[in-house]
Parts: sequence; structure tokens; C-alpha cells
Amino acid sequence: MALQELREVQPEPLVPPIARAAGRAIVITSGKGGVGKTTTTANVGAALAARGKDVVLVDADVGLRNLDIVLGLENRVRYHLLDVLEKKVELETALIRDKRNERLHLLAAAQSREKEDVDTDAMRALIDRLRAQFEFVLIDCPAGIEMGFKNAIAGAQHAIVVCTPEVAAVRDADRVVGLLPADWRPELIINRLRPALVNKGKMLSVEDVDAILRLPLLGVIADEPAVIVSTNRGEPLALDPSSKTGAAYRAIAARLAGEDVPLPVPRPEPRLLAKLGALFSRSAGGRA
Amino acid sequence: MVMFDFFKSLFRKEGSSATAKERLRLVLLSDHLSLAPHVVEALKSDLLAVLSRYVEIDAALADVTFEQREHEVAMLASVPILRLRDEAALALPDASLPEMDSPASPEAVPAGAVETTAEPVAKPAPSEPERSGANGSSSRRRRRRKAAKKGQVLALAAASSGPPAQGLPLASHP
Repeated sequence: MALQELREVQPEPLVPPIARAAGRAIVITSGKGGVGKTTTTANVGAALAARGKDVVLVDADVGLRNLDIVLGLENRVRYHLLDVLEKKVELETALIRDKRNERLHLLAAAQSREKEDVDTDAMRALIDRLRAQFEFVLIDCPAGIEMGFKNAIAGAQHAIVVCTPEVAAVRDADRVVGLLPADWRPELIINRLRPALVNKGKMLSVEDVDAILRLPLLGVIADEPAVIVSTNRGEPLALDPSSKTGAAYRAIAARLAGEDVPLPVPRPEPRLLAKLGALFSRSAGGRA
Repeated sequence: MVMFDFFKSLFRKEGSSATAKERLRLVLLSDHLSLAPHVVEALKSDLLAVLSRYVEIDAALADVTFEQREHEVAMLASVPILRLRDEAALALPDASLPEMDSPASPEAVPAGAVETTAEPVAKPAPSEPERSGANGSSSRRRRRRKAAKKGQVLALAAASSGPPAQGLPLASHP
């Protein structure tokens, strides 16, 4: 009885914080290092922004700042994540606007600090704040399963697991999925697939990885030299309309945005003879 | 022979991805069971020790495998039974059990997480009838199942390799 009275007296909060935080915070994680978390974050973020979504990318890899490089924004970093968490600067001051798309933003990692310096509660509060402002908050998680990982997943509600078709990467992906909150349903991106090797039985296939991890497949990215070239230049491949891999990133963005697009699976490049044949038939057709 | 292997490797459809798959399967298995490889070995030898108290087994041909299923990992043991022991030689179940402080027992399943579910007993691996020979005519399998944490199932299938020559008849087991 007394409890009921108490409830009636309790005033409603004026602005419920959850209702305001409408955006989705998605952590991009893998366990293993070097499988392409940062490249994935940059490309999916750029593709989402190109679709007209307001996006912020948070580099949670404190001490190893990389996301700015992949995006070509390394010269614009003045303040970083820890400056914001420790209230040294305003969030708006630390956010870096992308030079190609004003909807895309970056919150860079601190380079000369350590992952243990991040306060988990402050991180959670920051992600909540970003969700109120952006439709997509993509958090680039550091490798490993220690404090950096725990801080990176703190404010997220969803995870994308990046995995290459290798024994060690699949094992680590499996471990990381076990460490995520039980009610999450992480989605899988298989990165660096080499279709020709899969055909020869020399690489785990999409089906192999799928059968083991049993996660909803969000996308498959081929191991293509163009990814390295785009990273060299600091221009996300997702923005290259002629690139097949760019299209695969754009398909991932479309699916994240709720669009039901088919999942493009990379196929092996045609062999030299087939290429010559195609060239011949094309030029023959041109003459006719 | 070397030549033959060479050509076989040339034309074989399965490359190293099959090896990768198998290694991955095994490594995830022990990850999921949270059992270190040496603990799995200890479990295996304890298992055979318990069995051999009741039946004479061929430990050299004993095969303990793990299988990833939809939602659980199953352990299948195929143990050739040579003959049954006399009733007089049978020890009471609690008389000479292996020491409970053996490495397998405490880490294997946290005591708080053990629960018994009413799921049907796991079917034996399809390869077992062939392995037991003689169309499995008189082979009978005893299955024991321990439900472990998160629905991981330990199923034991022991198959005899031929008709029991003497000693106790095998009781037909549900």
C-alpha cells in the first residue's frame, strides 16, 4: 500500500533520456587483430553517410589511433575521445567533420594514452549522448577482450563481428560473441575472402564460417588490392561507384539502414583465357 | 606410392580448407566445453577406467569423439567390448570409483550449472554399426548422458565388437 502511494508521488522525468537517444550504437569487433575492423568501420560509415544518414564513427582503440588514417582525416585531429570523456573539451569541438560528406563525423582515439584510462560509465554516457544526435554511432573496437573491448561495447546495443576465413580469426570471433551480452544478436561480416582459393579448396568458404559461427550474415568482402590502395589514399572504397567491393560495403550499409537488399557474394575473377575470350567477342561484336 | 599420393594431392578437390575446418572444429569444441586438452585426455582415461570395471574393453581401439550439434556439443565414445566380467568380479558402484579430486571433475562442469533436462538421448554416430562389425548383430549400446551447462550433452555409446562369449549376458538397456 505504502509502495503504491510512493509511486503516485514520484514525478515523471521531464525528458526521458532513452527516448531522446534514437540512434543505433553499433560496435564493430572481432577479438583478433588485423582482420579489418577499422577498414570496415570507415567504409560502412562512409556508405551510410552517402545514403543520407547522420553518422559518427568513434575510434575506441585508445593508444593506437587508426580510423582517422583510413578516412584521410589525420590532419584534422585536434582533440580526442579522452578529452571529451574527461571534459577537457566540448563534444562538438572534438568531433571532426569528414571532408567529403558533412553527415559523416569522427571522434578520434587518443594516441598517447592507454585503454585503462577510459572510464566505462563516462563512455556509456557519451555513446548515449551521440545516439541522441546521430542515427548511427559506429564504434571501432580494439583487438583483444580486455578493458578496451569492455569500454567499446559499454554504450552499444548491437555488434558487428568481423572475421576472416582463417582458423584463428573464427576462433576469436566465436570467443568474442560469447563475451557480448546474451540478448544481442551480433551480425557477421566475412572479410578478405579469396573466392579463387575457396574454389580450389584452399580457404574456408562463407558456408564453412557460417556453419561454425551461426550468426546472421551481414556481408562478405573480397580480398581485393583496391582496398589497400584506398587505405593508402585515405579514401574509403565504399565511395567508389565502380568498385565491386565498394558495392559490397554499400549493400551492408543498405541492410543496416533496414533495406532488404540481396547479399553480394564475391566470385572468382575470370581466368586469363576467359578474359581474352570476352575481349575478343566484345571487339568482334563492336565491329559487326 | 609417393607418386600416387602426389597425383592424388593434385586432383583432390579438398585442399587445406578441410584441414582448417577440422582444426577449427576441434579447437572450438574444447573452447566450448571449457576443457583444456589435457583435461579431455584425463576424462577419456577415467571414462575407460570406469568402463573396464564392468566389461573388458579394448582400450587401444577405443574412440572418443566430439560432435558439434545445433545447440550443443555431444561426446560419443565407441569402445569395443571384449567380454563381460563375472558378477563376482563386479565392484559396487561406489566402492572403487576413481578419486573425485582427479583433474577432470572440478573444472569440467561447475557444480552450480549442472542441470538435468528431459531431452532425448543423443543418437550414436552413424559410423558406429560398421565399426562394431557383424552387422551389429549382438551389439548393444549403453548410453549414458549427463546434461551439462548450456545444454551441452555428454552421450556415451559403448559398442561390443562381437557376441559375448562367456560371463554375464548384456542386459538390454532402454
